[in-house]
Amino acid sequence: MKHVIIEARDIVTSFGDTIIHDHVNCTVYENEIYALLGGSGSGKSTLLREMILLQSFQSGTLNVLGYNLTTITPLQAQDLRRQWGVLFQSGALYSSLSVGENIAMLYREYTDLSPKLIDELVALKIDLVGLPQHARYLFPSELSGGMIKRAALARALALDPKLLFLDEPTSGLDPLSSRQFDALIQQLRDLLGLTIVMVTHDLDTIHNSIDRFALLGDKKVIAEGRLSEVLQIDHPLVDYFFQKGSYGIKG
Amino acid sequence: MQSSSTAHLKIISEPSHTLLQCSGMWTLPYLSTVTYQLETLHPKSLLIWDVSNISELDSAGIALWHLYHRAFEKEGITSELIGINENHSKLYSLLYSGKNEIFSPPTRPSWLYSLGEGAHKNLTGITQFIAFLGEAFVLLFYTLLHPSKIRYRSIVAHIFTTGASALPIIAISAFLIGVVIAYQSIVQLQKFGADIFIVDTIGISLTRELAPLITAIVVAGRSGSAFTAQIGAMKMTQEIDAMKTMGFDPFTFLVWPRVIALMIVMPLLIFFADIIGIFGGMVIAQAQSNLSFTEFIHRLQGALALKHYMIGIIKGPFFAFLIAMVSTYRGMQVSSNTESIGYYTTKSVVNAIFLVIACDALFSILLTELNL
Repeated sequence: MKHVIIEARDIVTSFGDTIIHDHVNCTVYENEIYALLGGSGSGKSTLLREMILLQSFQSGTLNVLGYNLTTITPLQAQDLRRQWGVLFQSGALYSSLSVGENIAMLYREYTDLSPKLIDELVALKIDLVGLPQHARYLFPSELSGGMIKRAALARALALDPKLLFLDEPTSGLDPLSSRQFDALIQQLRDLLGLTIVMVTHDLDTIHNSIDRFALLGDKKVIAEGRLSEVLQIDHPLVDYFFQKGSYGIKG
Repeated sequence: MQSSSTAHLKIISEPSHTLLQCSGMWTLPYLSTVTYQLETLHPKSLLIWDVSNISELDSAGIALWHLYHRAFEKEGITSELIGINENHSKLYSLLYSGKNEIFSPPTRPSWLYSLGEGAHKNLTGITQFIAFLGEAFVLLFYTLLHPSKIRYRSIVAHIFTTGASALPIIAISAFLIGVVIAYQSIVQLQKFGADIFIVDTIGISLTRELAPLITAIVVAGRSGSAFTAQIGAMKMTQEIDAMKTMGFDPFTFLVWPRVIALMIVMPLLIFFADIIGIFGGMVIAQAQSNLSFTEFIHRLQGALALKHYMIGIIKGPFFAFLIAMVSTYRGMQVSSNTESIGYYTTKSVVNAIFLVIACDALFSILLTELNL
């Protein structure tokens, strides 16, 4: 059995009277690419935000990398945050810093490496995500959408995290860039041994690069598992989401 | 064997070469001591890295090796790597897949260049502002010929937010200015036993200069910045582009309603500030030199000529025009990045206050020359 990285049990979330999650369960194993799927408003982004400590939930337990998020102390949370990287939907690069400084900031704050080595590492991360070297001196406002995603990925990978969260990594990219991004994510998973959790809508990504996923709908997880397994399930939302029978993914 | 919870580097000097025995965890948190050792190392012409005992390696460890490998190579020292395991070599080839070109940072221009660039930017800024004013006036005349296009509803809404809601802050500022002026003058006037002239001092200085200026500064900080931020936010979300495509002109819809509203409101606010400011002076005159309110008002009727009051009020629309035009112009300059909205809001307030003071100085000179 593989190592469990994230385990959510009976998560209940509500905003005022609106219930978002009604006893949601899901499990992410080591070294897999796991996706949270669902229509708009199904609470997948909320679940991701709960995993990265940006939002609290009413009841249930959520374990990430062995820490229980309901009982975690501020110091443990700080440790945990250094072990993951997060790529936000719009990149969320610090607009007052250049791309290189966005990446270098993490090394300056959290390590005591020499400036020369930090410089080398920044160059390396920029190469790794496929950005040209001159991009490190550009500011976020001077980058295209695809470059922002890559720069944000380089920043997320800065501290060599074991766990990577991606919020709609391919939204706003052209189809070719999306496929390149998928390939890059897979390569990183294979070579760096990453575990990746993402929220996505991209059917091609789901088809090509995802190992397992959870489909959210009706405030619950309707299905969890591999694509081939989930497609066997007879549920109107599964049919709707994968556009079974029409021009969508064929089972 | 050393403990493996940190990175180790053992330097062994052999007759023909230097052997570096690397062991432990060559990962991000543990590299600083190793970096120091490598920095101070003076190897022989052949350097052998034995990496077989490295238990864990990440991108930082690889970058460190690569950095010094390259540095030593530059000094003419050849390196050899022994005992590398397969996973580590895979990781290395992922990170350094031959595309690692060296790119030097863009050079900074000289101070003279920056100075010239700044001056040029300011000059073009002024021409752009004049162009903005020109465009605004073309549309004003067009709207005046088609009065049905005037946005009355919008004007009234802006009168409320820039006028009525500003009363409390203006009241406090004007009252305090009245108090300060009264206090400072009374001390001087008492030396000559000329306490009664406090009425002249307060009446003339407040209505003619201080009330208009204080009101304009408060309005520039309060409404000017709001105008820039509102229009800037609309620019960022492409609302202004949307308006243009629908044929709604931003000048008639956004700029003029704000300018006209502020021009109507400003004289009223100045009048309000006059009253409150004089009241502040009266309170202090009574407290400090027992000048009763009735006596003060009686004296004020003689001392304060109508022209002083009128001059103060007339400045209002001029100040209002400058504040509203500059702040809407700065709002229109906001570009799509998040930083620019803060940058232009600051700029708008600074420019507006400067222009108000410059305009006030112009008024002083002009009116003195006209013997008013």
